[in-house]
Amino acid sequence: MITLNVNGRSRDVDDAPNTPLLYVLRDTLELNGAKFGCGLGQCGACTVVVDGKPVFSCLTPIAILQGRKITTLEGLGTEDAPSPLQRAFIEEQAAQCGYCIPGMIMRAHALLTGNAAPTDAEIREHMNANLCRCGTHMRILQAIKRAARGMQAADARAPAQEVRP
Amino acid sequence: MNAPVFTPSRRNVLAGALILSFSLRALPSLAQDQDNAASKPPLPGSLKRAPMLDAWIRIDADGVITAFTGKCEIGQGIRTALMQVAAEELEVDPHAVHLITADTARTANEGFTSGSNSMKDSATAIRNAAAQVREILIGVAAERLGIAADQLHAQSGAVVGPDNRRIAYGDLVAGDVLHVTAQPVSKLKSPDALKMIGQSMPRVDIPGKVTGGIAYVHDLRLPGMVHARVVRPSSYDARLLSVDTSGIEKMPGVMKIVRDGSFLGVIAEREFQAIAAMHALTVAAKWDVATKLPDEGNIFGFIESLPAEEHVIADKHADSAPGTRTLEAVYHRPYQMHGSIGPSCAVASFDGDALTVWSHAQGMFPLRKGIAEMLHLPDEKVRCIHMEGAGCYGHNGADDAAADAALLACALPGRPVRVQWMREQEHQWEPYGPAMVSRARASLDIAGNIVDWEYEVRSNTHSTRPPGAGQFLAARHLEQPFKPGPPRPGEQPDGAGDRNSVPLYALPNVRVGYQFVPDMPLRVSALRGLGAYHNIFAIESFMDELAIAAGADPVEFRLRHMQEKRARKVIETAAQRFGWSSASMTEGSGRGFAFARYKNLGAYCAVALEVDVEHESGRVRLGRVVAAVDSGQAVNPNGIANQIQGGIVQSASWTLYESVRFNQTRILSQDWSTYPILRFGNVPESVDVHVVDAPGEPFLGTGEAAQGPAAAAIANAVTNATGTRIRHLPLSAARVKAAIGV
Repeated sequence: MITLNVNGRSRDVDDAPNTPLLYVLRDTLELNGAKFGCGLGQCGACTVVVDGKPVFSCLTPIAILQGRKITTLEGLGTEDAPSPLQRAFIEEQAAQCGYCIPGMIMRAHALLTGNAAPTDAEIREHMNANLCRCGTHMRILQAIKRAARGMQAADARAPAQEVRP
Repeated sequence: MNAPVFTPSRRNVLAGALILSFSLRALPSLAQDQDNAASKPPLPGSLKRAPMLDAWIRIDADGVITAFTGKCEIGQGIRTALMQVAAEELEVDPHAVHLITADTARTANEGFTSGSNSMKDSATAIRNAAAQVREILIGVAAERLGIAADQLHAQSGAVVGPDNRRIAYGDLVAGDVLHVTAQPVSKLKSPDALKMIGQSMPRVDIPGKVTGGIAYVHDLRLPGMVHARVVRPSSYDARLLSVDTSGIEKMPGVMKIVRDGSFLGVIAEREFQAIAAMHALTVAAKWDVATKLPDEGNIFGFIESLPAEEHVIADKHADSAPGTRTLEAVYHRPYQMHGSIGPSCAVASFDGDALTVWSHAQGMFPLRKGIAEMLHLPDEKVRCIHMEGAGCYGHNGADDAAADAALLACALPGRPVRVQWMREQEHQWEPYGPAMVSRARASLDIAGNIVDWEYEVRSNTHSTRPPGAGQFLAARHLEQPFKPGPPRPGEQPDGAGDRNSVPLYALPNVRVGYQFVPDMPLRVSALRGLGAYHNIFAIESFMDELAIAAGADPVEFRLRHMQEKRARKVIETAAQRFGWSSASMTEGSGRGFAFARYKNLGAYCAVALEVDVEHESGRVRLGRVVAAVDSGQAVNPNGIANQIQGGIVQSASWTLYESVRFNQTRILSQDWSTYPILRFGNVPESVDVHVVDAPGEPFLGTGEAAQGPAAAAIANAVTNATGTRIRHLPLSAARVKAAIGV
């Protein structure tokens, strides 16, 4: 039995230790967000965040994930209460088939967590690991920028709220 | 002008090859005349295929409205657009419409979701059916209330009278009132009364997709479901000689190894167990490697050497000024793949009597027919239900994966079986978009007008889709194999390899030929746009070559030869929004323009863009891109813009990077490193799309409108930047570098 910390919850799984995280997320924990794209770390459809960094879940065996903090798309928000990044993707209508989008959101989430105001060039470079085949790239970039602006605005408001009685 | 000399050896090639047939196929104008001559007007859209109103719209006694489409959501946003259309004519909120997509047990048979036909076929049927349903309900209410129908109107799911008396739809539907045959003419709302059509309603599927909802067949989890993988032969025609399964049967979770001839699969309790067993089987399987593929370096020579059927697509002659200058050019397009980001997947469940298959293939009815034939079951014992997959862009591995799942589910009755292909399998086994070659020749008169135009395109078939069981890989590999059906050239006016081979420009003399090559060295089928991608690349490159020869601005030159009003407006809009100019740019930078009307009967699309060509590497970088599109009455302008943006970016990837690699026994393009596609580092600076609305005009398909114009605009911009014309796709850095002679 291996214990994984997924989206803030402790989960015991009985999959073999060499099983890549992707299959445990999808089949054992029944989370749909991470997708199988290549199994080779070439496309990013399976991207999740581990300890703040984007990781190819298709290549990462669960044996090395005990005690580490795993965040999947489901850990950001829900359809009723999407996270700012998920909301930005909805507002920009940044999906066609949408299959690559969970991986895009998770990679962008890792970027914005460490850098709230990335430049265009930084976003493009950071997102280069993830493939989209529908050609939704321009909207994905717009959504990430929209989310970054929203988070900056929220940050700017935060101190003002703190000084209120 | 350094166009290569037109090769008259085409005739020599044809003379040396078996010419199977010669035919003058129906030209678009003839087809239209036949339509006009029909005595009774035809039913609109797919009502022709399924004329009962309740095949499209049902209303329950509790007022729940269900619309049915035989088309599939494949990421193009059709679900949302169809809800808008139904809601518009029924006068309800779009979210009140429950939409059922392709399912052999529930919806009309609308064939394949392909060819950018869903709006034209299905939205037209649903809109007309909804309007007729509304009028029927108003009629029932009129009788019940004793008020003339013209005093009543539909509003928010009810029929409302002048005294505000209202009867809900659910109270009007007793006694099968909607189980009637559709009429040819509907009382459609006038363009200025539309409330939902024309609105950029947010797509209904996106919130679930960005938060981890069950969105794809890949996400389907049925009680008791198990996982399977297949092991494909080492090359196209390799036969399985032997496989020692004794150790593999004992691997963790393995439930069953299925072998039938050269079809080999494994079923396991868990997905990664199935993958581990698949890897073990791959090592254990012994194949005879029979396939002999042509030399990739000489693939076009090989295709030219194959027998071809000659079809005349257009042949018209009129008086014109004499030509004073003739240009000739040859254009090549390699095999290119669909490259879905999610490998194909299907779930099948066999209860010992009947089979259910959940699939992301584009045609549930043809899929059912093929699977029933393969399994020797009657059609009615097979149900195929569409669920979304990753974008397919045509006929990818989806049908084959469904056949795999069907075979494996029959080997393990009572347990739903989920099969997903591996990345290497999708890359190597999907049917590619065919390699194509075309020759153009045209003459300009003294004033710089085109006076004659000749074009020949040579291509394989662009559809090897089901229904025949022999279209499935698995069925070909069985001990008792099914053979693929004969390849077909496709039919005008849509065309296949010859799609968009006739320029829309007004030219006095036009001859267009289609050399259809039945022999297929590589497995091929429908890739988004079919031959239109190559033909528009060639025609619109050649238009630029002629414009340059005539000393004309490329946009002005196109307008000079274009009479269709809507085409002119789209060309002018793209040029104006882009800020088109012939003024020279800084060294290494260039502008390009191109236009086409998809299939010459779908959406009009023009693309203007700029590129920078890095001199040292030959690398092409895309700058600003501006497109204009007329899709008829625009139902969801943001959805149209999304499709056009996507089409441009996808086409940029095909055009700059993509070519399937192979050696003489197997496909070498096995993953994203051996078949690289566009990444974020190379996307355009911006892509702006202007939707030119055409209120009251029929819906026109949009999904494939942009790929051809985008390719030609890139090629034209590269010429503008470098002074060199490249007529061979892709415009890879190596090819550009060689052409500019660095």
